[in-house]
Amino acid sequence: MSMVAEQRELRDDSLNGLQLSTRMDSIWRTPSGFSGALMSVDHKVVGRRYIVTAFAFLLLGGILAVLMRVQLAKPESTFLSADKYNQIFTMHGSTMMFLFAVPVMEAFAVYLVPLMVGTRNIAFPRLNAFSYWMFLFGGCFLWLSFALNVGPDVGWFAYVPLSSLQYTPTKRPDVWAQMITFTEVAALAVSVEIVVTVFKQRAPGMTLDRIPLFVWAMLVTSFLVMFAMPSIMVASTSLILDRLVNTRFYDSSSGGHPLLWQHLFWFFGHPEVYIIFIPGTGMVSAILATFARRPVVGYPVVILSLIATGFLSFGLWVHHMFVTGLPQLGAGLFTASSMLIAVPSGLQIFCWLATLWDGRPVYRTPLLFVIGFILIFVMGGLSGVMVASVPIDTQVHDTYFVVAHFHYVLIGGAVFPLIGAVYYWFPKISGRMLSERLGRWNFWLAFVGFNVAFFPMHILGLIGMPRRVYTYTADMDWAHLNLLSSGGALIFALSFALLLVNVIQSLRSGTLAGDNPWDASTLEWATSSPPPPQNFDRIPVVKHRDPLWFDTESMPVVAGLSVERREVLLTSLAEAEPQVREASPEPSIWPLLTAIATTVFFIGSIFTPWAVLWGTPPMAVALIGWFWPAGHKEDEE
Amino acid sequence: MPVRMRTALVPFATLPLAACAGRQSALDPQGLQSNHILQTLFIFLIVAAVVWTAVVVVLCVGLLRRKRSAVQPLALHQGFERTSGHVVFGLGLATLIIVLGLSIVSYAGQRTVFAKNEHALTLKIIGHQWWWEVRYEDDSPHQSFVTANEIRIPTGQPVKVELESADVIHSFWVPSLTGKMDLITGQKNELQFTAKNAGVYRGQCAEFCGLQHAHMAFAVFALLPDEYGRWRDHENQSGTSPTDPLGKQGEQLFRARGCALCHTIRGTLAGGQLGPDLTHIGSRTTVAAGTLPMSSAALGAWIADPQHIKPGNNMPRMPLQSGELIAIIHYLEQLK
Repeated sequence: MSMVAEQRELRDDSLNGLQLSTRMDSIWRTPSGFSGALMSVDHKVVGRRYIVTAFAFLLLGGILAVLMRVQLAKPESTFLSADKYNQIFTMHGSTMMFLFAVPVMEAFAVYLVPLMVGTRNIAFPRLNAFSYWMFLFGGCFLWLSFALNVGPDVGWFAYVPLSSLQYTPTKRPDVWAQMITFTEVAALAVSVEIVVTVFKQRAPGMTLDRIPLFVWAMLVTSFLVMFAMPSIMVASTSLILDRLVNTRFYDSSSGGHPLLWQHLFWFFGHPEVYIIFIPGTGMVSAILATFARRPVVGYPVVILSLIATGFLSFGLWVHHMFVTGLPQLGAGLFTASSMLIAVPSGLQIFCWLATLWDGRPVYRTPLLFVIGFILIFVMGGLSGVMVASVPIDTQVHDTYFVVAHFHYVLIGGAVFPLIGAVYYWFPKISGRMLSERLGRWNFWLAFVGFNVAFFPMHILGLIGMPRRVYTYTADMDWAHLNLLSSGGALIFALSFALLLVNVIQSLRSGTLAGDNPWDASTLEWATSSPPPPQNFDRIPVVKHRDPLWFDTESMPVVAGLSVERREVLLTSLAEAEPQVREASPEPSIWPLLTAIATTVFFIGSIFTPWAVLWGTPPMAVALIGWFWPAGHKEDEE
Repeated sequence: MPVRMRTALVPFATLPLAACAGRQSALDPQGLQSNHILQTLFIFLIVAAVVWTAVVVVLCVGLLRRKRSAVQPLALHQGFERTSGHVVFGLGLATLIIVLGLSIVSYAGQRTVFAKNEHALTLKIIGHQWWWEVRYEDDSPHQSFVTANEIRIPTGQPVKVELESADVIHSFWVPSLTGKMDLITGQKNELQFTAKNAGVYRGQCAEFCGLQHAHMAFAVFALLPDEYGRWRDHENQSGTSPTDPLGKQGEQLFRARGCALCHTIRGTLAGGQLGPDLTHIGSRTTVAAGTLPMSSAALGAWIADPQHIKPGNNMPRMPLQSGELIAIIHYLEQLK
């Protein structure tokens, strides 16, 4: 069998370097032109789009944040009406959580994980393209609705019965609930791809204990997505059913219960925080190793901490419901389980501190953001320990103290590492360095602006300011701290403007990066910047956890892959021993068409239940086109 | 930068000074429960401050100490790798002990704060979009009455509030007296607290409840017990009938212009159930659930155009001549 195959096709061992590069490039390249762009299944193209789109939503969500801070800067402000403000804080939360934080982490994974594990494309590349389109359409759907004054206004948590038809008879909650469905389909798809890529497509020799920490973090995150998202899917679908076809899941007068919504929402909502934070820790580990000039201390400890965090994150959702009148002992147990998550988080921090202690830090912008991350995140974690206590929570729940807490955790724990990651991986993605000078300004403005904006909110919460109020009276003693906070928010916003300027300047005239400008150790730096369509001319063989520090002269490679068709190498789960050469899909327009059909179905179904009937045939047609047999063998030994 | 953050921590470190922080503040405890909570908060705060400072010190020392000269990133010192493993393990263990200790502190605080007293004075509070219905219930119907947005309680006596919602979820929160508790549709919650000192404590809805969530405040007046008794006797009586012509005209217009469809004034034909009971509105301190301080002007502005002051609320704008408006205001102000 394999003899026949060898006679028929050309393999990479019979070509020299340049011939091989050209040949692989032509096989893996995304077709040119507009239609080619719509068909692309290259994880780098999709990943780049994903990153840019997620940052566009960050920009939009950030503008909303600034608007809110302008409104709250002084008492009884009439800058925004109550209705606009309620839409804006709902849009801010929903955009940041569903359209920025989760997608941007997945976007980096889509781009980086295949490179870091040494393969040529992500698993299920067409699903990946589909995922991006769904994310894009879902996000645009939400924002177009907002532009048309149908933006959701019941909070990013959409508690029933406020979001029920009785109390919000407009289409606004439906828009919110269906946006969730879009982003969930997208997130679940990426999670499956990441898990399969990490489990089956690692370069030969990359055993489980040689997987880069960022990849481990994304693996754990992907499992969290798969277990957490179904809960919100059930919740939001039941909400739409309650609103559209008069089911009674949440109606207490018909045997339903509003707290059912809260349990389902937070069973997703708390792991969601870790879905955002764990990738951040992966970025921290990657940046730290490179700029502390040594591997992260306690590799197995960090991985076990990630896994422990993942498990624990499903056992503490009730701490969002401490004031709903739960049994006292039960609530007390959730205090303990919530605080317990400080142990794995703490272990990771201790490992990073030890890494810096022993390392020889190189103070470039990515490292500055990591140091900022440690200072801010630790404070957020500690205020989290406070919030986890039932008696303390009865005072600070739903106040600005909590707003301060979760911005310290999410911005400190995820956005600071993320901006560090942008500075770190931008050269790989674009081929050009970002300006270090602007980078330093960016960091200091972000660090000062963030703390000035959010620290006063701790105090505001303790002196009685509740969340989600569009204004407050002058006699409440909140004006000064609010004004301070708004000033900080402007500085913080400025830091993002600077990042944008830096990116644009660098794309035009940044210094060329070369393959490995930071002298980093993981495989994405073993190829050119930006990487060629095939990622690697020859698949590397990994003999060490830090391959580029270990094999300083030249990387060992695998030989024997086809140069006539797209092919990836599948390896065993634990030991990463080569198993099968598997065909990787060609570009296709069907993922886009399927996404369009699904979008019509999703949007139609918030207006009429009949959309379920007429919406499915187009999806079926698109899926048949997608899965039409290619007429050649899919894999070979 | 750490210096700046430490100065920012000062308001935490000097809690006693912050006691003047206002009449709606968790840092200004005037009740048994809020005091216990603040003590728990203080313990957590000290632990948090110590841990954060320790992390910052280790980070700074780690960054600033003289480094060994090895350039090759993989040339690791086996001694350090072993020691750091032990240290990380030890710190992890310390974290575990700290969080278990804090869990116990928290649970002890929780037991105290939520301790129940069988002989508490019981009130029922029903949340509405966007105001508070307050029901003083008694075994004898003659001693039961309803009021709104202002709650009067005796000092030193445990008070139990039974919390229900007429529409969406709200949250009852008077930080100076105790922590919050939600009012959930289709569920009965309760909360107990004791005011130590006489005074007025502002409260506010803490769960987002729709358009005018920001304007759903109330006040708790803690009165000395005998003063409370006098108030209760008075509040239980019907509204005072006006004697002057303008007041009589106001009373008549109150019915004729539709006010009575939603509002009750005990002792008159006005018996609407949708809006707040106005039997003693003249003695209240605010208009529209804490939105405006009570005055003739505020009442006038509110009745003339409720949608301007609190857009989206359920009180419609009634077409009134200015003379009619004056009569109604005059009548309401007499309802002490």
